[in-house]
Amino acid sequence: MSRLAVRKTYKLYVGGAFVRSESGRYDRAADFNVPRASRKDVRDAVAAARKAAGPWAARTAYNRGQILYRAAEALESRAGEFGVPRAELDAAIDAFVHYAGWTDKLAPVLGGVNPVAAPFLSFSVPEPTGVVGLVAPDEPSLLGLVAELAPPLAAGNAVVAVLSEAAPLAGLDLGEVLGVSDVPAGVVNLLSGRRGELAPALAAHPGLNALVDAAGDAELATQLDRLAAESVTRVRHTAASATYADAVRDPLARLEAVTELKTAWHPVGA
Amino acid sequence: MLGKRSIKTTAKEQGIRLAVSMLDLTTLEGADTPGKVRHLCAKAVCPAPTMPEVPSCAAVCVYPSLVGVARGALDGTGVRAASVATAFPSGQASLEVKLRDTEDAVAAGAEEIDMVISREAFLAGEDRRVMEEVVRVKEASGDAHLKVILETAELGSYEHVRHASLLAMEAGADFIKTSTGKAASGATPGVTLVMLEAIRDYVERTGRPVGMKAAGGVSTSKAALHRLVLVKETLGDGWLTPDRFRIGASSLLNDLLMQYQKAQSGRYARADDFSRE
Amino acid sequence: MAPADTRTRIVWDYAPAPESADHVRLRSRYGLFIDGDFRDPVDGVRVDSINPATEEPVAEVAQAGEADLRAAIGAAREAQPRWAALDGLERGKYLFRIARLIQERARELAVVESMDGGKPVRESRDVDVPLAAAHFFHYAGWADKLSFGVGGRPATPLGVAAQIVPWNFPLLMAAWKLAPALACGNTAVLKPAETTPLTALLLAELCQEAELPAGVVQIVPGDGSVGAALVRRPGIDKVAFTGSTVVGKDIQAALAGRGVPLTLELGGKSANIVFEDAALDQAVEGIVNGIFFNQGHVCCAGSRLLVQESVADTVITKLWERMGRLRLGDPLDKNTDVGAINSAEQLARIRALVAAGEEEGASRRSVACELPDRGWWFEPTLFTEVAPAHRIAVEEIFGPVASVLTFRTQAEAIEKANNSTYGLAAGIWTDKGAKAFEVASALQAGVVWQNTYNHFDSSAAFGGYKESGFGREGGPAGLRPYLRVG
Repeated sequence: MSRLAVRKTYKLYVGGAFVRSESGRYDRAADFNVPRASRKDVRDAVAAARKAAGPWAARTAYNRGQILYRAAEALESRAGEFGVPRAELDAAIDAFVHYAGWTDKLAPVLGGVNPVAAPFLSFSVPEPTGVVGLVAPDEPSLLGLVAELAPPLAAGNAVVAVLSEAAPLAGLDLGEVLGVSDVPAGVVNLLSGRRGELAPALAAHPGLNALVDAAGDAELATQLDRLAAESVTRVRHTAASATYADAVRDPLARLEAVTELKTAWHPVGA
Repeated sequence: MLGKRSIKTTAKEQGIRLAVSMLDLTTLEGADTPGKVRHLCAKAVCPAPTMPEVPSCAAVCVYPSLVGVARGALDGTGVRAASVATAFPSGQASLEVKLRDTEDAVAAGAEEIDMVISREAFLAGEDRRVMEEVVRVKEASGDAHLKVILETAELGSYEHVRHASLLAMEAGADFIKTSTGKAASGATPGVTLVMLEAIRDYVERTGRPVGMKAAGGVSTSKAALHRLVLVKETLGDGWLTPDRFRIGASSLLNDLLMQYQKAQSGRYARADDFSRE
Repeated sequence: MAPADTRTRIVWDYAPAPESADHVRLRSRYGLFIDGDFRDPVDGVRVDSINPATEEPVAEVAQAGEADLRAAIGAAREAQPRWAALDGLERGKYLFRIARLIQERARELAVVESMDGGKPVRESRDVDVPLAAAHFFHYAGWADKLSFGVGGRPATPLGVAAQIVPWNFPLLMAAWKLAPALACGNTAVLKPAETTPLTALLLAELCQEAELPAGVVQIVPGDGSVGAALVRRPGIDKVAFTGSTVVGKDIQAALAGRGVPLTLELGGKSANIVFEDAALDQAVEGIVNGIFFNQGHVCCAGSRLLVQESVADTVITKLWERMGRLRLGDPLDKNTDVGAINSAEQLARIRALVAAGEEEGASRRSVACELPDRGWWFEPTLFTEVAPAHRIAVEEIFGPVASVLTFRTQAEAIEKANNSTYGLAAGIWTDKGAKAFEVASALQAGVVWQNTYNHFDSSAAFGGYKESGFGREGGPAGLRPYLRVG
C-alpha cells in the first residue's frame, strides 16, 4: 500500500510567522490553495514591518551583510524545493550574495565628508528610509522578487511585498526559507493575492516610506503614483529583472531609491 | 576588559557564597502579607538547608507596613530587617509625608532604610533640595543605616548618575543604590561602574567609606559575579563584604543556589530543587 | 535554624580559567603552501615555532629558500590570469567561503594564535579572529563592485603580490593583505613572520577547504632574510609590507628603479593626548588599552602619553592604580590581560630601551607581577618625568611600556605630538567635540581616535604618515593599492 503524502499548506509570511489571510479567501495556483491577502493583511504587514524596521536599521552594516549572505546560504541549500528553473534560482542566490556585499559599502559610495567653506566637520551618511513596499512582477516569480527585495534589505529597510499574482508559490517558498534564516521577524513580509487589490492598498498606506513597483503595468503605475503622493511616499518604477545581470545592473539606483541622506555638522575649533 | 573576566571552579563557588551573603532578599508587592514575609525571612536565614555552608543573606527588604513582621522573624539571626521608605518607589509626596514614612518604618523595627531621591527635584536641577531631603531622612532614620536609591533608569545619562551619587554621599548616605526595581532598568554594568567610580573618588577625597547596592536587573549568577568583579577591580577586596556591597534581588537567590549545586555536584539543578520562598 | 555564619571575610580571587587547547588540530610539521598544496622545501630549512609563554615548540615549520620562492612566484603568476578573468562575484564567493570558515574554526584559530605568539587568548578570540573574518567578508563584497570603490573608473589587477606580515597580529595581518589583493584579481605570495607562522598555515588549510584555485595564495614562512629575498626576486608586480621601519626602508630601497608599487605599514610612537576636560576614568581605561593591549606589540600603540599638566598627577595616580590590576600570565588563561613577549630578541630590545630610560633620568615604575619561570615576560611599566628628547620618548619600544609627558596648552600638545618622524596614530581625550575635531585635523597621523583607542574595522582605512609608512588598508581606500586604475 503506497503512503499518503502530507500536503503542504501555503501561508502568508508576516511578522516572522506563517499566517492565513484574515479574509479567509483563497486563490488556486498549480493545484494549491494560496491565501488571497486583503487590505487588512496589508495593514498588519506594514505594522509588523514598522516594528521591525528600527531594530533592523540599528544593526551594524556588517551584521546585515552576514544575514543576507546567510539568506543566500539558506536558499542554496533548499534549491530543490522551488519549482523554478535552476538558472533562475542561481541568479536569485547570487543576487542575495551581491547585495549582501553592499551593506557596508553604501556609506563610502553614497555618503562622504563635505568640504564646507567654514570651520565645520560636515558629513553625509545614507540611512534606510524605513518601510519599503514592493510590487513584484508576475515573472520571473522568484528572481523578479529577489532583485527588488535584496537592495532595500541591504540598505537597512523592512519590506512588505505583494507577490507575483500569476505565480505566487516561489515567493511563499522564499518566505519559508527566510523564516529559517537569521532575518529577524517582520523585516520581510510577503503577501500573495490579487495585485489590483493589494498594490493600491499598499501604496495608499501612509506608514510606507517608499514603494518599488516592478509590475510593469502602466495604468497601475499611474494609480500607485497618485496614491503615494498623498503621503509623499517615494516611488520607483522598474522593469522586471529576467537575469542576474538585470538584477545587479545599476545597483545604486535601487539602493538610492530606498535611502535618505543625513547631513550633520559639528564645529571644529577650540 | 572588565566585562570579560571568566569566573570558574573554586572562584565561582566562592563567588556565589559571597554573593548570597550580600543579598537583600526583597519583596515589594501590593499583595505582600505577613505570611509571605515570614517565609521569605526563613529563606534569607537559611537559603539552602541541604548545603549548610551557604551563608545567610544580608537582609530582608520589605514595605514599612511589614518590616515589623520581618524584624520579629529575623531577631537574633544576624539577618537585618530593611524597609523602603519615602513614598517608595516614586518619591512623589511632600517631605513631611516622606519623613513620617521613615519614622514609621524605624519605629516598627527597621534596621536599614532604603530611601528614594527626589527625581523631580534632581531633573529640575534643584541639587540643594535633593540633598536637603537626604539629610532630613538620615536624621529621621536614627541608628538605622541609610541607603539612597538614585533610580538610575530615570536619570538619563551616566553624568547624571555620577552627579546624583556624589550628591547623595555628600548628604550623608551610608550606601548608594541603583534602583527601586520598579523601573525599566537597574544595575547595568555601566551604571554600576559609574557609581563605584564615584564612591572611589569620594572616599579618596573624604576618607569616609560608602557602600553600594546594585538592585534591578541582576537576575542571574553570571550577572551577580560580574558585579562582584566590578567591585573588586574598582574598589578593591576591602569592598567585597556585605557591609560595603549589597545586591537587591528576589529570583537571583535560586539561580545562585542552582549554580552552586551544579558546581558542587557536576549536574545541572532544577528550579524545583529549591523552595521559591 | 541558622547555618554557620560563613559571612566572615571570604577572600575572593579568580581561579585559573584556561581556554582548552585539546580541540586544536595542529599537525606536528608543516610544509610550504605552494600551488594549492603543502610541499617540502627544496632549499629552505625546517625550524620549530616556539610558544613564548613556555619556550616549548608548538610545531615544526618549513622556511622557504630561493628555489622555493621562485616556485611560489611561478605558481602565483600561472594562476593569476584565470583568477582575474573570473567574474567578480565568483571571486567574491571564494572570499565569502573563507570568511565563513574562519568563523567556524574561530576558537581553534584563537588558541593557536595565542600559543604561537603569546597574546592573551581573550584578545585573539575577541579581536584578532573576528576582525580577520570581517576583513574577508568586507572585501568579498567589493570583488564585483570594484569600479564603485575607485570613483567609477575602470580597474585592473596588478598581478602577483608579494606580501610580508609581522608577528604581532599574524592572522589579522594576513587577512588585511590577502583579502583586498584577491578581491581585486591579484594572486599572492605571503611570508608570515619567523616567530608566528602557524595561523597563516591554518589559513592555507582554509583556502584548501574553500576550494580556492591552486596558485591564488602561497604561504611561505621564513625569517627576515627570506623576506628580503622575496622582494628582490623578479616576477612580482606589487609589494606590501607591515613591520619595522628599518626593514621597510630596506624594502623601499630594494625596489628602487623597478617600478613595482609598494605599500608600507611601519612603526609608530603614537601620542595619546589627555586634555583636562576629558572624562578621566574613561581616559585611563583608554590609555591602558592603548599601550598594554597585546603587550604593547602594536604599531599604533599609544606609547607616548601626553597629559595636560593640570590633571597630570590625577591621571598618573589613576593610571598606576589601574595598572596594578592588570593580570600578567598564561596567555591561554581567559583572565590574562598581559601575555608573553613574542621572542627573546624582542624582550632584549625592550629591556635595553627601558634601561636607557632609567639612565636618561626618567622615573620608572613597574607593576610587581609574579613572572612564570619559563617564557619571556615584561611587567607593565610606566615612565614619568620623561623629556621629549629621551630615547624612550622617541624610539618605538614595542612593549608594555608607557612614557608620560606633560603639556600646558592645546597648541603645545599638537606640536609635541607631531614632533616625531613617525605618524601612525593618535588619541585625543576631551569632552569637547569641537576641540576633538580641531586637534584631529592638526595631527600628522593616519589614524586619530577620539575618546577611544585601538578600534579597527574592515571598512575604515588604516595607515600612517611620514616614516610610519604609506598606503591604506581597509575600506575602498584599501582597494587602490591593488589595482591599476583608469
